[in-house]
Amino acid sequence: MACIEARGLRKAYGATVALAGVDLTVEQGRIVGLIGPNGAGKSTALQAILGLIPHEGALTVLGRNAWAERDRLMAEVAFIADVAVLPRWLKVSQALDYMAGVHPRFDRAAAERFLDRTTIKRASRVRELSKGMVAQLHLALVMAVDARLLVLDEPTLGLDLVYRKQFYDSLLNDYFEHDRTIVISTHQVEEIQHILTDVVFLDRGRIVLDCSMEAFEARYLEVMVGPDQLAAARALGPIHERRVFGRGLLIFDGVPREQLAALGEVRTPSLADLFVAMMGPAPSAEAAA
Amino acid sequence: MTAEAELAREEPRAADIAAPAALPWLRVFYWSVRRELWEHAAVYVAPLAVAAIALIGFGIGAFSLPDIVLAAATPGKERGLLFAPYEFVAFVGLVTSLLVAVFYSLGALQNERRDRSILFWKSLPVSDLTTVLSKATIPLVVQPLVTLAVVVVATAVMWALSMLIVLANGLDARVLLSEDLIPFVWRTLAEGLPGIALWYAPLYGWLMLVSAWARRVAFLWAIAPPLLVAFVEALAFHTSFVWRWLLLRMFGPFAFQGMRGGQPGHHWANGDPTDWASPHLWIGVMLAVAFFAGAAWLRRSREPT
Repeated sequence: MACIEARGLRKAYGATVALAGVDLTVEQGRIVGLIGPNGAGKSTALQAILGLIPHEGALTVLGRNAWAERDRLMAEVAFIADVAVLPRWLKVSQALDYMAGVHPRFDRAAAERFLDRTTIKRASRVRELSKGMVAQLHLALVMAVDARLLVLDEPTLGLDLVYRKQFYDSLLNDYFEHDRTIVISTHQVEEIQHILTDVVFLDRGRIVLDCSMEAFEARYLEVMVGPDQLAAARALGPIHERRVFGRGLLIFDGVPREQLAALGEVRTPSLADLFVAMMGPAPSAEAAA
Repeated sequence: MTAEAELAREEPRAADIAAPAALPWLRVFYWSVRRELWEHAAVYVAPLAVAAIALIGFGIGAFSLPDIVLAAATPGKERGLLFAPYEFVAFVGLVTSLLVAVFYSLGALQNERRDRSILFWKSLPVSDLTTVLSKATIPLVVQPLVTLAVVVVATAVMWALSMLIVLANGLDARVLLSEDLIPFVWRTLAEGLPGIALWYAPLYGWLMLVSAWARRVAFLWAIAPPLLVAFVEALAFHTSFVWRWLLLRMFGPFAFQGMRGGQPGHHWANGDPTDWASPHLWIGVMLAVAFFAGAAWLRRSREPT
């Protein structure tokens, strides 16, 4: 059974279509990056998966109808919206008490161990903690839940580099200790590329790319070519081109590696570059750097 | 990986499957109520503060106590001055609690949407109905119990202080043992509080419904529609049924003059909080159930952002 199974998922707010018919299957144990520009429908998709909003189309999460069975589903799903949602009046000790009180899969000792590695005091209120500490606290609470599905919507928004790095390290360590599925949406594409097993690009409510990282690496290549090779490279039909230090940086979809190697240095493009290639303005419209 | 290591890795998963799908409902409910009290300490701090201030006032006024006791001990003389402070503390405690309950209800389902913490609460396996029931418990059960406890303790302290002063002055202490003093105040409050809580249940329910619905200025949304209906009625039919009904719902128990003994035959029409047969009371309870159910439905179906 797939962890998430969506067919024709559609959501409109008045005349604004947030999701225009999304088909998505996420298998157990994957780490899926949901990537798209602002307003692409990422948060809407995640909220539908979490049973927070009604929608059109079929959506099954861990074998349940997310909207109809939100409270039961939440026993097996953990969710970080963004760092701002922990109530400011809550004390750290109260957060632990409450989670232990209401959550059947919350391991208090695990949360305590996680907090012991931070400088967060049990008697502090959320309003007294720094942004990074709030994120650590939320992560400690969520990681201590033995969830089968972990949904992270912009989990590192507004955090500095050190915290973001720690956040993803913790996330990854925990992933290898448990058997769980993770869905992450973020703007900071570069930071999560190395931890993903699958990537989904969302644009204006539609999926424009849905593939595993292996398939991504096999399919997309980036070549750096000198001015003399530029015409030959362009003849192969790049999906994106930009100039770096007078040389051309071209991204190709499905062109054999050997063919490209003759033109220049070949490598896997970063998700961020592919993202820009697919979402950004057409190559012709782009000004030379 | 060796077979043993593989087994060790598999072990926690077996435990996972054995983990209960949900905790007992009462346990989740209990922690939900605790959660409300963490957030809204005013539920007990406000009555405590008011009682403390009243006690200070009583302490300052204690120098005139021997005269009052002497007057009260004389047959046929006025005992009101001796009894008044006890009734005053009970009354002020009650009014404070009602006000706190009103403001609590008005914010109960709006604050979590305004600070977006609803996204955190909704990420936990607690149903919307459980959440709303735990919030309804605060004004309907917790607040009356707090009121009773605070008033009982405050009046007991006042009584003990009076006893000390009376004995120190070598006066007759029997007047302080009167049935009309401590037992009367405690009994009246204990008997009246459940009825008063139920009487105001539709008010709390209405405020929570508005709280779940309004994006801002919940207070205005709470008072404007009923007032508007009353106003339209007055303009259109030159009658004031709605207005009088609103007054009854708002001030019913306070219009009741039976605090001291009272005459038999009082009804909810003038607010006897112990008349359990009154249809006014039960119509209100039914309204309250509808309002709370509506609030739970709104929290469930409204999009949290």
